[in-house]
Amino acid sequence: MTALLEIDRLLDDLEAGLRKKLEERGVTSPALIGIRTGGVWLADVMSKRLGLQEPWGELDISFYRDDFSRIGLNPKVKPSSLPFSTEDRDIILIDDVIMSGRTIRAAMNEIFDYGRPASIILATLVDLGARELPVQPDVTGRVLALQSHQRVKLRGPDPLHIELQETGH
Amino acid sequence: MTATDPSQTSLQLTADGQLRHFLTLDGLNRALLTEILDTADSFIEVGERSIKKVPLLRGRTVVNLFFESSTRTRSTFELAAKRLSADVLNLDINTSATSKGESLSDTLLNLEAMASDMFVVRHSQSGAPHFIAESVTPGVAIINAGDGRHAHPTQAMLDMLTIRQHKGGFEGLKVAIVGDVLHSRVARSQIRALNELGAAEVRVIAPATLLPRDVESLGCTVEYDMTRGMKDLDVVIMLRLQKERMEGALLPSEREFYRLYGLNQEKLALAHPECIVMHPGPINRGVEIESAVADGPQSVILNQVTNGIAISMAVMSMAMGGQMAERSRKLAGRARG
Repeated sequence: MTALLEIDRLLDDLEAGLRKKLEERGVTSPALIGIRTGGVWLADVMSKRLGLQEPWGELDISFYRDDFSRIGLNPKVKPSSLPFSTEDRDIILIDDVIMSGRTIRAAMNEIFDYGRPASIILATLVDLGARELPVQPDVTGRVLALQSHQRVKLRGPDPLHIELQETGH
Repeated sequence: MTATDPSQTSLQLTADGQLRHFLTLDGLNRALLTEILDTADSFIEVGERSIKKVPLLRGRTVVNLFFESSTRTRSTFELAAKRLSADVLNLDINTSATSKGESLSDTLLNLEAMASDMFVVRHSQSGAPHFIAESVTPGVAIINAGDGRHAHPTQAMLDMLTIRQHKGGFEGLKVAIVGDVLHSRVARSQIRALNELGAAEVRVIAPATLLPRDVESLGCTVEYDMTRGMKDLDVVIMLRLQKERMEGALLPSEREFYRLYGLNQEKLALAHPECIVMHPGPINRGVEIESAVADGPQSVILNQVTNGIAISMAVMSMAMGGQMAERSRKLAGRARG
């Protein structure tokens, strides 16, 4: 398992997958958006690897979460920051881990409030399955099936590494 | 029902320390005040988007319950609620049912029957929002939009947000509040917030007749001479002369007041060169403040207005979130038990 979670290999696979997907779609100048916090670190890395000139954007999806009515507002919300208009742009949306799909649903709703994008490619470093919404990544570094007591966590930003945690129950 | 009543803290906060009403700054610690400011910062960004709306209060009904008219405050809360996607009802009670003899409790029962989720209350009586918060159905959030001489917590917080934006923080700041402190609901909330957030000195500058007794006990120093009081200031907050509240002869004349306590360019020059000038509005030009200062480079008065929307959005979404989180915890507890 540890070997599977070697960060450089995951990033290599994510980059290769993204290049392939961009070519398939004929996208030449994508705008990159990371979801805070892990997705923002990945946006920084992928922006450099893909040689994108434009600064990437970061989303804090706290105002769009569907569990607001259960747990209230995230006390650590920070402003989202998109240094470009999403109107008619081809977007790469990137996050560290996808599970239920709820974060991505919230992120897409937020992106649309900045303008109607031409397309969105969803890239996640790790796909843990356990989906609750019909949201699938276009590109993923690795699909993992975890035991119920296991969690993965991206740590960063420098150095970026990924941890497999045993929760003990 | 004094401002330091500990029951007010438990009335405002859930067992988990989340806001569920916003009545006063008393009992709210630095961490929570900072959380309000940080949340408001995120809402400022929302106000710069193509679509200036977030879905947090979608499907909720907010009632602006104004027993005392205030166009600016009401518009601010109305816009804030709409940007949170709530449905908004504006009720000007002066011209409504209470003039037909309906009691406050009956008015509230009727509004609750319309499935309201939040009341934003403005009232000339100190403590009215507190009274409503105590008697309202559980799950309904109350926001104080100014009560009597007691408090105006959202105005104070939007002032804090404005100061933080321009000064980066509160550490070491010297702040003066100038003018009619006696009749001001804002001044009390401002002094409380500045002290809690760590300002170095809060100074009130006013004639003795416009200061409450024991004003120092609020946590400020007193200066009767504005020329001395302006020295080294980083922030000067002018208060509006509450002409409609002025009972008896507390002032010799408006002209005399302006000469002694009005802010003009000469007096502003005595402060720190980067001192910012604030005013809660509406401005009485030539009574508290000279036009050249109000419209000048050190004035941040219009920033205050923009920040008011963000602060209102922050406290409304935090209080509504606290109410809903509390309700779902209770439901979960009941399901388990």
